[in-house]
Amino acid sequence: MEGYSKCPQLLDLIPKDKEWVVKRVEKTSHGLSEEKTLELRLGPPGGEWTITDNKNSSFGYNFTKSPWQQHQAMRQMPVMNESSQGCNNRVELQSAEKMKAFSPAPANNTAVPNSQKRNAPGPVVGWPPIRSFRKNNIASGSCSKLSSESPDVGPPKVSGPKPAENTGPRSLFVKINMDGIPIGRKVDLKTYDSYDKLSLAVDELFRGLLAGYLSQSDSCAGGMKDKEDREKGIGCLLDGSGEYTLVYEDNEGDRMLVGDVPWHMFVSTVKRLRVLKSSNSLHCPVEANREALSERVIELGRKATILR
Amino acid sequence: MLNYFPEEVLEHVFDFVTSHRDRNAVSLVCKSWYSVERFSREKVFIGNCYAVNPERVIARFPRVRSLTLKGKPHFADFNLVPPDWGGYVYPWIEAMAKHGINLEELRLKRMVVSDESLELLAKSFPNFKSLVLVSCEGFTTDGLAAIASNCRFLRELDLQENEVDDRKGQWLSCFPDSCTSLISLNFACLKGEVNAAALERLVARCPNLRSLRLNHAVPLDTLQKILTQAPQLNDLGTGSFVHDPDSETCGKLKNAMKKCKSIRSLSGFLDVNARCLPAVYPICTNLTSLNLSYAPGIYSNDLIKLICHCKKLERLWVCFFIKLIHYTYFFSGVPLSNQGLNWIMQILDTIGDKGLGAVASTCKELQELRVFPSDLYGVGNAGVTEEGLVAISAGCPKLNSILYFCQQMTNAALITVAKNCPNFIRFRLCTLNPTIPDAVTNLPLDEGFGAIVQSCKGLKRLSVSGLLTDQVFLYIGMYAEQLEMLSIAFAGDSDKGMLYVLNGCKKLKKLEIRDSPFGNVALLADVGKYETMRSLWMSSCEVTFGACKTLAEKMPRLNVEIINEGEEIEASPDDRHRVEKMYLYRTLVGPRRDAPDFVWTL
Repeated sequence: MEGYSKCPQLLDLIPKDKEWVVKRVEKTSHGLSEEKTLELRLGPPGGEWTITDNKNSSFGYNFTKSPWQQHQAMRQMPVMNESSQGCNNRVELQSAEKMKAFSPAPANNTAVPNSQKRNAPGPVVGWPPIRSFRKNNIASGSCSKLSSESPDVGPPKVSGPKPAENTGPRSLFVKINMDGIPIGRKVDLKTYDSYDKLSLAVDELFRGLLAGYLSQSDSCAGGMKDKEDREKGIGCLLDGSGEYTLVYEDNEGDRMLVGDVPWHMFVSTVKRLRVLKSSNSLHCPVEANREALSERVIELGRKATILR
Repeated sequence: MLNYFPEEVLEHVFDFVTSHRDRNAVSLVCKSWYSVERFSREKVFIGNCYAVNPERVIARFPRVRSLTLKGKPHFADFNLVPPDWGGYVYPWIEAMAKHGINLEELRLKRMVVSDESLELLAKSFPNFKSLVLVSCEGFTTDGLAAIASNCRFLRELDLQENEVDDRKGQWLSCFPDSCTSLISLNFACLKGEVNAAALERLVARCPNLRSLRLNHAVPLDTLQKILTQAPQLNDLGTGSFVHDPDSETCGKLKNAMKKCKSIRSLSGFLDVNARCLPAVYPICTNLTSLNLSYAPGIYSNDLIKLICHCKKLERLWVCFFIKLIHYTYFFSGVPLSNQGLNWIMQILDTIGDKGLGAVASTCKELQELRVFPSDLYGVGNAGVTEEGLVAISAGCPKLNSILYFCQQMTNAALITVAKNCPNFIRFRLCTLNPTIPDAVTNLPLDEGFGAIVQSCKGLKRLSVSGLLTDQVFLYIGMYAEQLEMLSIAFAGDSDKGMLYVLNGCKKLKKLEIRDSPFGNVALLADVGKYETMRSLWMSSCEVTFGACKTLAEKMPRLNVEIINEGEEIEASPDDRHRVEKMYLYRTLVGPRRDAPDFVWTL
């Protein structure tokens, strides 16, 4: 989808032009308008998650510029920014009502005294205070491994995914189906050691099939152009930018986006793969109507509270 | 009267005085006590390696056997100190070798350790037994090979969170067959592989091995074999914990775990398949310490299942990860009902808190808790708020040490926590946004922290965060009588804040401040205070060159170091120029000679 970043972040898939806002039912919040319009945005109750561009730090923060820090050359980051930009993005959970002191328009906040001045602009070095060793060595999310354009989030220093030796069966065949193609394939995940390789393999696997299938179904339409398109392959599967998206079903039966977890973890939980046509991925393939969808969500919620 | 005791008696009595502070106090009583004490001291602790030099230490304590040294300032952990700042251990090892010190134990924190130093260490001290390196850097596995090869009586090799260059040599295979004395081996921070067979043989021939922490490269089936050989372990750090949970190997692992009845401390899981976790349930009932903070993505529900088995836990380090259901359920373009959406939001918002709730209801013996931010999926730390902290404080009355990263905090929560847990010795709170106000009232968090310091009379270490005015420092100065270490970031309004602390906290040893509006007035108000402290760090504050120079002139027994990075170093900067980073510390030996170009000692 156009405008999406390379990184298969969950919220990267919010189209730019759609503004979905959550309004929490219960708590009133300072200054937040009480409109009950039901637009959808993923965020904490009553608040919004903003996606910010943090090139320098995994935990960048947005602050208004403070007078006494003017001489510090720091970038001013936009607080409300609904398009995701770089692959290092961390979606910042900034509940607007709760962060009044820092939004560019703190009109409603009179309670906080001049301590607002101190807010540091831009991503902050060394905050939150986590030892660099810890930051570098906990296997982090997908971006740092997959994107070649994220120099600031270094690759995890833990030895990267390698073909499993002595850790279980020698092959792991899983089914893979693709939207629009009635016949599935099987891939051996043990022959790959990274998402990139898997993506390439899937591309090759289906390219021929797709070409064949398409030429069969629209024998008259198209000509050179279609043929070229078909042979171009199915594009990038992992970053939401191509026509197709790669998803999988895990050991708990849930459909998950490929690429979020470390490779080892993915291999140990994947049960089957699917290549979805991206325009489909925004629509629940099973539940197309509102009531059913809401009920499904409620059911999920109930399941999850079994965590207690 | 006491002067008539023969020295042997004094020495015998002093044997029972073990803490270095008590020993220091003893040595101040009179000349003869000083003399007896210094000849009998075997363990020397030096909190700042630049406060003194090796020659003086050796001269005073010729019988030293165990040396602990700390190098870089604490904020070096967060990239605020440039590399090559200093903290080299080599001169210490060299001096001790030269003077024939019978060194048996070396414990280093935040120091630069070269392979050369390790080689010299390994060859100079025939009775060397114990090497503990925490947050150090500068060495490779070649240095470790030297230690393994030469230290015939090595009991402890403990590497914690060091940056080590892995040379792919087989350092672990360098332990000779004659080495049977190992009690503790921790190489979790190493990136490279070790020879599995060599590791298994080493474990098999060291019957006294009590603590073993493996690195990521050690697979689960090696772990299983090791545990079968070492059921006497007290402390285990697993390496990779990934396998097919239905395999025979996992079954064998579970059985081996059942036989390890002495394991009290568990860590590692540097890569993990949560479905293998049940293999460790047999040891959970007796666990007192659990560190899962390096485990990637153990989802909260699996974590909770694990924790529910750990009723005797006293120490827990953890992150909370949320598993997000596929987005098709959210972004269908069809509005969800309010109720449905609320469910989702509540789940995301509180999954971490629910996890903490589970801890609170299970782990009644909990004393220390560290909750680190999770960053999977780039969603940020969605799950941990003030609710989790309140739940823990209510459920775990013995809690005395906490490090808590959270999305938000409230004064009400902190006040409740203060009431529930008056026993805090360490209280470190870190809001992910450093200047976030009270999530409900939008006020600063002054009152909340004020309640903490007022209630916790034994508080020794405090880190504050969130929106804070001078008021919080007034409280700290008034109430935190035992406070020894204080970390401040993005807080306060004026010099008054810093002054409250300097005037009030009589036992303050380490003060570190960043990005706060404290300036020259505060810095210079009581210059004598700094000689009672180990060190002061101020970065991105309002102090100027002129004030630092004044301070350095007045106090010859302080080193006032200015760190200039990336700027053109002018010959004589304007006195009114703000100082970006200043680190000052008391010292007996004047400016250090190993300071790099970008560090000026005024």
